[in-house]
Amino acid sequence: MQDFKGSRDYVASDELMRSVNIAVALEKPLLIKGEPGTGKTVLAQAVADSLGKELIIWNIKSTTKAQDGLYVYDTVQRLYDSQFGTAGVDDIRRYIKLGKLGEAFSRDEQAVLLIDEIDKADLEFPNDLLWELDRMEFYIPETGDTVRAKQRPIVIITSNAEKELPDAFLRRCIFHYIAFPDAATMERIVRVHFDKLDDRLLHEVLVTFYAIRELRGLQKKPSTSEVLDWLQALQIGGVDPAKISKTVPFAGVLLKKNEDMAVLNQTLRSRGRI
Amino acid sequence: MFTAFFYLLKDKGLPVSLNEWMTLMEGLDRGLEHASLTGFYYLARAVLVKTEADYDRFDQAFLQYFKGIETVEELPQELLDWLSDPAPQADYDKDEVDRRMAELELEDLKRMLEERLAEQHERHDGGNRWIGTGGTSPFGHSGYNPKGIRIGGPGRNRSAIQIAGERNFRDFREDNTLDLRQFQIALRRLRQFSALDDGPKDVLDVDETIKETSDNAGQLSLVFTRERRNMVKLLLLFDSGGSMWPYSTLCTTLFQAVSKANHFKDLKVYYFHNCFYDKLYTTPGCYESHSIDTEWVLKNLGSDYKVIIVGDASMAPSELLSRGGNIYYWYGSSNEPGITWIRRFKDRYKKIAWLNPLSPWSWEHGYGSETIDYIRRELPMYQLTVEGLEQATKALVKAR
Repeated sequence: MQDFKGSRDYVASDELMRSVNIAVALEKPLLIKGEPGTGKTVLAQAVADSLGKELIIWNIKSTTKAQDGLYVYDTVQRLYDSQFGTAGVDDIRRYIKLGKLGEAFSRDEQAVLLIDEIDKADLEFPNDLLWELDRMEFYIPETGDTVRAKQRPIVIITSNAEKELPDAFLRRCIFHYIAFPDAATMERIVRVHFDKLDDRLLHEVLVTFYAIRELRGLQKKPSTSEVLDWLQALQIGGVDPAKISKTVPFAGVLLKKNEDMAVLNQTLRSRGRI
Repeated sequence: MFTAFFYLLKDKGLPVSLNEWMTLMEGLDRGLEHASLTGFYYLARAVLVKTEADYDRFDQAFLQYFKGIETVEELPQELLDWLSDPAPQADYDKDEVDRRMAELELEDLKRMLEERLAEQHERHDGGNRWIGTGGTSPFGHSGYNPKGIRIGGPGRNRSAIQIAGERNFRDFREDNTLDLRQFQIALRRLRQFSALDDGPKDVLDVDETIKETSDNAGQLSLVFTRERRNMVKLLLLFDSGGSMWPYSTLCTTLFQAVSKANHFKDLKVYYFHNCFYDKLYTTPGCYESHSIDTEWVLKNLGSDYKVIIVGDASMAPSELLSRGGNIYYWYGSSNEPGITWIRRFKDRYKKIAWLNPLSPWSWEHGYGSETIDYIRRELPMYQLTVEGLEQATKALVKAR
């Protein structure tokens, strides 16, 4: 069995790599939780790339039902066809379209299936998938067929903790919580995204960034993607690194809410720096 | 193997099932722990723990069970034993601690720590001087101190014992008071959908209509169904009295979480001072000009409202029990004791809960223990934490 070791574009912590490998070896879905911007979704891409497997993404929305992932019976199309007497209307199989989970099952090669933001869906959603994820098969009553996984896909599930997930579902998963990266890890992450970076600029940016995250009363803490955008803005703007902690230029890139900007400005006024 | 560890985890309140335990054993069979304790730590955590809120409990259990397998400390073992079983956080005044610590530099702290190590001969918890837990001393852990030195697991290399010992996930424990978002999530439990056999069938069921129509050889046949919507109506009463002042951030957070939750059918918020009598107030200032009659609330808000009262329930016993104990009595208010009004609410609303920001320890021993005790005889009381709120919301939606 190949081990996941992170990829060129994705910096995975030692803990995270262990969890991925445990989940793959035990053939259990891997449930990933963490603050927004800790790279939950990108992880699946990195796993697929590093193991050389196809990635199938199932994006969950508030209206998504478990059934959508298995198959959809296109009754409307069949109704149309029947009115115009198209050939083959009596063959229900023509109107059964596999969903993302069904797709992953029907692949000849093992695939990586990402069920993204499972907590967006209805509370009952995870429970409706228990059997399918456990047995890696489902039954289509309309045709009497059973779709069985040719190769068990590697299932990665992300959650933003908007809803509690049911216990029965959790019991079947391997769980990993991605902690927000510390400064050293963040430096590695930033260097993956930027070819050349002034060391002094990077140092000042990270010190200021973590200081802002520590501010009390922030409604939304800036995360990885914000720090990347901010670095880019500072580079293009040609800002003197010495000024960063005192004036926090382009703060709007980091903080998206008026209330948070007010907190920052107040701190700058009272302390003279961040 | 490790069966005692399994029971220890259960003792610590981790909901580990036999299923997951078997998965762990399977993982061990396959050598996924790579024959190292650190590997075992991560394997066991990934398989057994299902929320970051439980990471800390797991760390504690792991420390307790595997303590002594690796010795990593130069601090006296006895001291570590005292620290390995932390006491709950004692009440403290943040400003006082911050003031006390403001002057100290790291060098001073190190010198003080050496003195304490030489002098300390017994366990101390909840205090402000010795090495211990749950207090405001600068030394130890599980307490509050803005500059303290954490004692309980630092070391040179990161072995499993040390990672667990760092207890990095302590802040995620659900019995800590947490942020707005977590309150919101807890509040989402507070929903009850309209029953499927109740109310008019007035929403078009598209799927069934199509199915019926195609079964009907293409002749339109409409099918209607009932709408699912949240039926919960919430009445929220906030104590905005002086003794609630230290908890204002917490109450604001809860208030924001409630007002942002848009899934209630109706939401009413009123304020009171220490206890409620014949007036409730529409603003936190509790001014006569912004008041309404409590009778009006009782009359007009139906008994299907769920009621959450937020307050420390701590007051002079006369305010709760005596006729004329009402602190607004002299301004022409009624003279009925507060407990009468609490009973009226209890009689009117079957789903009612009291959230108290004080820790349960001080419910028994603190300044307000007498009145808290009286109120608890009338209403179920929960601590104002994420866990407490979850328990309260669960109780509020439970069918009787």
